[in-house]
Amino acid sequence: MLYHIRHQTTYRYEEPANLGHNLARLRPLDLPTQSCLEHKLSVSPTPDFRSTRIDGFGNHTEYFAIQRPHLEMVITAESRVEVLPQTQLLLETCCAWNQVHALLRASCDHEHADAREFTLASPYIPVSPALAAWAAPDFKPGRPLHEAILALNSRIFTEFAFKPGFTDVTTSVDQVFREKAGVCQDFAHLMIATLRTLGIPAQYVSGYLETEPPPGKPKLVGADASHAWVSAFIPGRGWAEFDPTNNTTPTLRHIVTARGRDYGDVSPIRGVTTGGTSHQLKVAVDVTPISPSPSPAPAAKVTS
Amino acid sequence: MPSRPIDLLPPQDYRPGSWDEMVDPQGKVRPAWTATARWLSSHQSSDLEAAGTEIRRLLRENGVTYSVHGAKGEDPRPWLLDPLPWLVSQDDWKTIETGLIQRAELLDAILTDLYGDRTLVREGWIPPELISAHRGYLHACRGMKLPSKRQLILAAADLARGPDGRMWVVNDRAQAPSGTGYAVENRVVMTRSMPRLFHRNGVRRVASFFHTLRDTLDALPSLSGGRSPRIVILTPGPQNETYYEHAFLASYLGYTLVQGDDLTVRDGRVWLASLGGLEPVDVIIRRVDAWFCDPLELKEDSQLGVPGLLEAIRQGQVTVVNHPGSGVLENPGLMAFLPGIARHLRGEDLILPSAATWWCGDRDAREHVLGHLDEMVVKSIHRNPTFGTRFGPELSKTELADLRQRILARPEAFVGQEQVGFSSLPVFNGTRLEPRRGVLRGFLTAAADGSYVVMPGGLTRVAATTEAKIVSSQLGGVSKDTWVLGTDTEPFVSLLRESPELAEPDARTAPSRAGENLFWTGRYAERAEGTARLLRRAVLAFVDDLGEDENDATRHREILMHGLLGATNAGPIHPEKSSSAVSDEEEILSMLADPLRSGSLPSILRSFRYSAFAVRDLWSPDSWRVIDTILADWTDPAAVPSRLEPFSAPLNRLIIDLTALLGLNLESMTRDAGWRLLDTGRRIERAQFLIGVLRHFLVTARSPREELLVMESVLAALDSLVTFRKRYRTAPRLELVLELLLLEPNNARSLLYQIDRISLNLEALPRQPHAARLTPEQRLLVETGSRLRLVEIRRLTERTDSSRRRLDVFLDHMSRSLAHLSDALTLTYFRHADRPRFLRG
Repeated sequence: MLYHIRHQTTYRYEEPANLGHNLARLRPLDLPTQSCLEHKLSVSPTPDFRSTRIDGFGNHTEYFAIQRPHLEMVITAESRVEVLPQTQLLLETCCAWNQVHALLRASCDHEHADAREFTLASPYIPVSPALAAWAAPDFKPGRPLHEAILALNSRIFTEFAFKPGFTDVTTSVDQVFREKAGVCQDFAHLMIATLRTLGIPAQYVSGYLETEPPPGKPKLVGADASHAWVSAFIPGRGWAEFDPTNNTTPTLRHIVTARGRDYGDVSPIRGVTTGGTSHQLKVAVDVTPISPSPSPAPAAKVTS
Repeated sequence: MPSRPIDLLPPQDYRPGSWDEMVDPQGKVRPAWTATARWLSSHQSSDLEAAGTEIRRLLRENGVTYSVHGAKGEDPRPWLLDPLPWLVSQDDWKTIETGLIQRAELLDAILTDLYGDRTLVREGWIPPELISAHRGYLHACRGMKLPSKRQLILAAADLARGPDGRMWVVNDRAQAPSGTGYAVENRVVMTRSMPRLFHRNGVRRVASFFHTLRDTLDALPSLSGGRSPRIVILTPGPQNETYYEHAFLASYLGYTLVQGDDLTVRDGRVWLASLGGLEPVDVIIRRVDAWFCDPLELKEDSQLGVPGLLEAIRQGQVTVVNHPGSGVLENPGLMAFLPGIARHLRGEDLILPSAATWWCGDRDAREHVLGHLDEMVVKSIHRNPTFGTRFGPELSKTELADLRQRILARPEAFVGQEQVGFSSLPVFNGTRLEPRRGVLRGFLTAAADGSYVVMPGGLTRVAATTEAKIVSSQLGGVSKDTWVLGTDTEPFVSLLRESPELAEPDARTAPSRAGENLFWTGRYAERAEGTARLLRRAVLAFVDDLGEDENDATRHREILMHGLLGATNAGPIHPEKSSSAVSDEEEILSMLADPLRSGSLPSILRSFRYSAFAVRDLWSPDSWRVIDTILADWTDPAAVPSRLEPFSAPLNRLIIDLTALLGLNLESMTRDAGWRLLDTGRRIERAQFLIGVLRHFLVTARSPREELLVMESVLAALDSLVTFRKRYRTAPRLELVLELLLLEPNNARSLLYQIDRISLNLEALPRQPHAARLTPEQRLLVETGSRLRLVEIRRLTERTDSSRRRLDVFLDHMSRSLAHLSDALTLTYFRHADRPRFLRG
């Protein structure tokens, strides 16, 4: 599958911003399952300084600064990405979930060691015995890890209501758990918190999901949004992705831009300005298939 | 107190099984302490008391303070120093020195690895959770490397001696180790207060440590084109507990003291907003905790940092000392793995052991800690003000159960440690010597060639009482100087070095913030002086009648009260109290003593203190001494007299001190931009105060007799009575008074004189081009000066009804022009970066 992705973010200020520092994590990753064939980040006004690097989690990060007064900043990322089918894990050969702790420590390869840091609480994600208790029915001792995670994935999908606008980036996992509602970011955080509480390494994945317009309607420009889901570590096999918002495992329609401990590590744009009071933010995302889809895409849920 | 011989403590005073530094278990004085014991035996307790008094005086004079965490709104408290040092023998020191160097090299290797290849983690020498769980580990700094030979440039470790006589490491400090400034200050004070004891002992000097540090920093890359790098010390500001030390180090080392918003990142490098414009910065000595250092990548609502700083470090455009990620080394959990890493990396055992440590993130270690909870010391891995260290043996059953639950909820965040019995040191408690537990903080700096150098000395702290187990400056501990005995006395070394080339004067200007604080120091000093003069006049009128008859005196007092409250722009005495219920004496007393009343003398002096303290590094020792005297007399809330009379003498002293400060500034500060702004602040305030007095006393037309009384008070309050008499040899007349106070160019109190002085200052400031086009502040000055010069005094004194409207309008215009001038200067020189805002998308 070949996609063209356009992600445009516009900030408008009432008073001019004098100096703006920004970090963008908008370039899709190169992974065994996808490659970023082209990527261009254009910013208006033209930045006075920019530099790119790979951050501590392996994500492409671009720093740019606008050093003169401006009332508007438009950041446009355009990428061409090829997505390859993910190899399906064989469920029956996967370890039992309650062996994870020991297996992580028994192995001396780097991937296992690196995965261990994703078993801890992180700034947006607490560990919470309440979540472990809630998930317990799906995590009976001896149950294969992959199967248990799929059950959790599906449980979040069925028990939690998808309610855009109900939460924002500051909403805590505890609150989402109490209210049983949220958007993709909240479900990803909740699932990660549950897995980590059980000792299973889990990462936050941000990216895009190709969506279809309602039947009979044309697809609107800018109607897509960035999406978030979960990657869990299966000892002996590696990282596997789950999308609790859509009750799926990522298919050819998920495009990964960044991975980290939680939203804070991967937010598409972080910025600090001086001046620039009361800003307005507008985000428009388009995920356009260049080659035809193998089958009609579901009307998927994403964040907004 | 009667003076009596000093008892070296009888051995039974010591706890059994504990080590005392001075006396061995047989009651014999240890060799390192021989000279000290001899000194003690030949002196009386009153001598120690006198030394203590001298020490307090010196510390106070030097303005050494330490603020206690959480004591919001409280003033910094004086630093405490015991007259007896911790003496360390040559042999002991050799072990400490090699041990600290070994440890620093090891920690540097760990730091380099954790932000580099992470081999130690990936190969199992350090558990990954131990690193990730610690707040000092900054993921944003992965891959970040300083251009220096070492990643850990400044390091410190707290050392204690166990019952077996071995030294142990209790804490590692690597984030931004504090204490070197206090160590130097302690030394300076000790050599002056205990000179004989110091010289008899042949003590090693500590200044060489700072030479090494300076050489290390000077060898760092400079982008200012071949010159030595521009080095700044980044402080969180005067509210920080160790701000005194930041200011001290800045003036001791000759570096610029800055706060986060003095710095800005442009073009991927760091710039200092100075009075002369933006100047490049090459090296930042960081005294702000790393997490607060860059809102772009770290704590997003931090107001103490510099947005874009981490990027500038990655660009290699600035070196931050220490590396922002170095806080991870303070994790006590690392102590559990340090012996293994030492053997793995160096094939060595630790020369200085750490206390036996079990990290609860490891299952077996956790079982051990939980199984021996009642014998363990339990600590958070973070420097955590909400979880204090717990001593197992002292906990009740419930407390132990609670602790167990806390550990189980977040095991990776706790360590259990074996309790090390700290040795005791003799401390003078004001009456006698008593043994208290002590900890020695040793300091290291990397040298330019990558080797580590240990300060031959350090900062010793002892517990607040004989029983106390925890030693902390925040818990009321007392400090001691640390004397490392040398083979022979070393020559005194100064920090000033000889340079092979002809030294170029430093053309760099002060930071904008320093300029602003100097400006406001000038304004508050002058405001305090004017207010004090008016108050002195008022006190005199109420206490002495000014030699007038009853009627005149009453009327004069009324006018003075009205003028005093008006000219000082005083706030209401009690918001809820009706003004008629307040007697005049109460009014004056509150103006003299109530710091919460706006316009009162103590409230002005508090603002004065705040501004002066914020540029603590720029005052000469003499200037600071004067400032300190002023503050000690007037901002100490204790013992406020309830009558006016006792205030006369302090008011006189205050006026003299403020004048002396002006004189010192005139004589001992170079006429740089900072001085120009200080003086300009003073001049603007003096002009404004003059205008205020004239408007509140002279605009209302009165009977000739009353007018005479008023003019005398005005001249007295403006320090111009003598000048007037000498010049005019007549009783005051309004035209003459106004002529002298507004237009006389040689009267240092006149309005014209202030305007002329401000013009001179302005010409000497940077960013004031001599060009046809005037800057806003030049335009204002020309306009104000011309209008003043052209004014006809005779017309100003005309009366319409009961007031002199023209005079009022004219003075109002002058006052507004000066306020605009102050605003224009603020815009040109002081405009800090606006508050940063965080965006997300």
